[in-house]
Amino acid sequence: MLRKIRTILAVIFFAGITLLFLDFTGSVHGWLGWMAKVQFLPAVLALNVGVIVGLVILTLLLGRVYCSVICPMGVMQDVVSWVHSRSKKGKYRFGYSPAVSWLRYTVLALFIVAMIAGIGSFVALLAPYSSYGRIASNLFAPVYDWINNLFAYIAERAGSYAFYENEVWIRSIPVFVIAAVTFVVVAILAWRGGRTYCNTICPVGTVLGFLSRYSLLGIRIDKNKCNACGLCSRQCKSSCINGKEHSVDYSRCVACMDCIGTCAHGAISYGMRYGSRRNKPATADAKVNKSEAPDVGRRAFVTGLALAGGTAALKAQTGKLDGGLAVIEDKQKPERTTPIVPPGAISLRNMARHCTGCQLCVSACPNDVLRPSAGLVTLMQPESSYERGYCRPECNRCSQVCPSGAIRPITIAEKSAIQIGHAVWIRKNCIPVTEGLACGNCARHCPAGAILMVPSVPGDPESVRIPAVDTEKCIGCGACENLCPARPFSAIYVEGNEVHRDV
Amino acid sequence: MGNNISRRDFLKITGIAGLATAGLSACSDKNTGAATPRHKSGEMTYRVNPSTGDKVSLLGYGMMRLPTMADPNAKPGGNDKDGVIQEVIDQDTVNELVDYALAHGVNYFDTSPVYCQGRSEESTGIALSRHPRDKYFIATKLSNFSPETQTYDASVAMYRNSLKNLRTDHLDYLLLHAIGGGDDSIATFNQRFIDNGVLKFLQKEREAGRIRNLGWSFHGDVKAFDHLLKMHDEGKAKWDFVQIQLNYVDWKHASEHNVNAEYLYDELAKRNIPAVIMEPLLGGRLATLADFLNARLKEQRPEESVASWAFRFAGTPQKVLTVLSGMTYKEHLVDNLNTFCPLEPCTPAELELLEDTAVRMQDYETIPCTACQYCMPCPFGLDIPGIFRHYNKCVNEGNVIASADNEGYRKARKAFLVGYDRSVPRLRQANHCIGCGQCEPHCPQNIHIPDQLHRIDKFVEQLKQS
Repeated sequence: MLRKIRTILAVIFFAGITLLFLDFTGSVHGWLGWMAKVQFLPAVLALNVGVIVGLVILTLLLGRVYCSVICPMGVMQDVVSWVHSRSKKGKYRFGYSPAVSWLRYTVLALFIVAMIAGIGSFVALLAPYSSYGRIASNLFAPVYDWINNLFAYIAERAGSYAFYENEVWIRSIPVFVIAAVTFVVVAILAWRGGRTYCNTICPVGTVLGFLSRYSLLGIRIDKNKCNACGLCSRQCKSSCINGKEHSVDYSRCVACMDCIGTCAHGAISYGMRYGSRRNKPATADAKVNKSEAPDVGRRAFVTGLALAGGTAALKAQTGKLDGGLAVIEDKQKPERTTPIVPPGAISLRNMARHCTGCQLCVSACPNDVLRPSAGLVTLMQPESSYERGYCRPECNRCSQVCPSGAIRPITIAEKSAIQIGHAVWIRKNCIPVTEGLACGNCARHCPAGAILMVPSVPGDPESVRIPAVDTEKCIGCGACENLCPARPFSAIYVEGNEVHRDV
Repeated sequence: MGNNISRRDFLKITGIAGLATAGLSACSDKNTGAATPRHKSGEMTYRVNPSTGDKVSLLGYGMMRLPTMADPNAKPGGNDKDGVIQEVIDQDTVNELVDYALAHGVNYFDTSPVYCQGRSEESTGIALSRHPRDKYFIATKLSNFSPETQTYDASVAMYRNSLKNLRTDHLDYLLLHAIGGGDDSIATFNQRFIDNGVLKFLQKEREAGRIRNLGWSFHGDVKAFDHLLKMHDEGKAKWDFVQIQLNYVDWKHASEHNVNAEYLYDELAKRNIPAVIMEPLLGGRLATLADFLNARLKEQRPEESVASWAFRFAGTPQKVLTVLSGMTYKEHLVDNLNTFCPLEPCTPAELELLEDTAVRMQDYETIPCTACQYCMPCPFGLDIPGIFRHYNKCVNEGNVIASADNEGYRKARKAFLVGYDRSVPRLRQANHCIGCGQCEPHCPQNIHIPDQLHRIDKFVEQLKQS
């Protein structure tokens, strides 16, 4: 019974969180967004005291049910492990082993140090929720999108607008590789040893394990009924039951309840661990979060604006013929001195400190703006770029989905006044200058009205007009950069602001 | 001969009788459970050209919208960036269409050196040269739009190249292409045909019999139309025919800068100059209308297509020599043959209904684009006719709703936006129009293309932000 309840809840959570990463319509977050927000590490990074206290109390009461129900990485491993258990060979493949404490605490220590030092990439690499997020958004989402696109294809032919196509593209090759490697490694570990990752590497597992050591409820072995057959140990995916000694390592038990039904003698039950002797449970542990970290080492990506080459190559027509479509060259990403992070991120520092690199914002971005950064320290954390779309005025999805406070919730109205960067004009790429054609597409699409078209020849109002950016009004949304006809490099592009400001 | 029927005559008569019985049995009301083509070869309506006596089929084949297919020789990855496959003309299908058309009495084929990215003439030549040269009339044009083609030598080279592409030594109909364009339409005409002596050359070719009929096609500025007719009146030039845009909308309600077809036709009829009709369907826009307008036409003739009304309208005036239709698909051809074999002229009541339809269409602010592709390719990659087609479709389907307060707004919004991405790749949508205006002079409908694109873009923005 307990096992059934655990399984059902786990499936609900797992499906819900996975859906958060798969959904591109923005309709799921309103209902299930809280599932990401109750994840442990994001809550710590968001200083979400209510959730942290809740999870601590939950663990002190029931043990590590978090790991069995709420954590999608844990459930994913259970799925893999369960598949193996279905086979004869895999059924009783576990056995008791002592805890590898030195590894657990070393990893945890490194993790905390990295967090304090602001090395977001290392934090994101180990954290279970962000690892799962990367796997879901890089490996599962494309499959989901392809299925959707198949439906869209059918819908199009049926004259229905119920489904629409969603382009599948790899936003960052390094992050895709990391996700794939993580998936393979964790899946192999789970296939062989069940919860090996959770009980040796996962920093969240270690912290919760420390708490669950003193949990009020837990697995109990009735020594009078137990004949020390060891079946429970061979069924325990956490390898934490020492059947011979009738003891349980509570720091590793994830309260999956599998053992209860396994015992042929009814010796295992879930209940009060302390009997009449009350043991004072240890109080909170989550000191991790309050650290006033030292200055984050800001990598200066000074590269000098290498916007050389590639002015829009517009072939002159020779002898006008009718019809056909001109070839459109792909836009290329300009080398920005300062990266752009989405509105609500407050500053590059705030982003670096709070982001777990879970990719939830990246998969939620409907405009193909957000992608994981490739910077060493900020690896896997989101940044904006405008080759495929721009940060549209009616959208604030990333700020709504972020569970870790890296992108704070903002309203549409607030967004229209947050300057995340500023546009810079590159004369040598500008079509009015290079081709002598009237353009003004940047000014026409600027939602802030920050671009003025001025005569290219001073004092000659008849001369072709060029854009002038009012950096006080510019909000850095990238409409100008994205819609600039110059290719592959736009004649107007956005430089990020280290700290966002209100205009 | 008396009663002695020769063997040949006997065979002829029995043959005809046999055909007639076969024809009759085809006409009988046997229920096959399927619709049978109503048209029969030999029933095509023909009109006679007064200057050469040509017996021209009232349905003419426009070779501007030929069927295409993905280029079988394209290198993998030779597509352009957003997956638009480079297309070539599907010659086998063109051949089949031409064969079918000829077999059912169509004998007028209209092309131009610039159609289908310059590949129409050659394709037409391939298809037609498989048949005896005296079974059809070829019409092509002198399309010297670009300044570099406006010298005497370049224009003559273009004309000779047409003969070569069409695999013939003479043209039945040659048109000065698209008179009435340019900022100053008369100056443009002079520049293209008078100052460089090209018209004189063509007149000599007519004397030599290599051009059998010389005429022109007209779009746009009425001054040029009047000017050329004045030349005719004053004996400075003789026009054997003139090609005009005529349909039940343009008859009295031509779009801004276009001329009502009623005027154009009457001026030609007065002078006994035969009219060749283009855009009878307004680029397909008269093939389907808003639902309630469709319904009124269907109520009158439930088994006939909405398009057939437009063709019957265009074929009704007696001085119309032929009505051109750019039939991309066999279904278009079959439907048109049903209409023209033989053509049943519109009754006064039907003309009234069509006029009322045209008036009511004014309530729908569609863009008068005929998808002729003259504006293409846009140097910035936009799919101009595609954008207009989607917009017009949404207007006709009632999916262009201005205010969010209106009923059905959410649904219409989704239909517009999702459909927009489906019919036009994002990189080719209206927000990429920079307003350079290079397209505008090419538009025979005188659409202010950049203005319209910016208007649509604004509408899309409004939809997206609501």
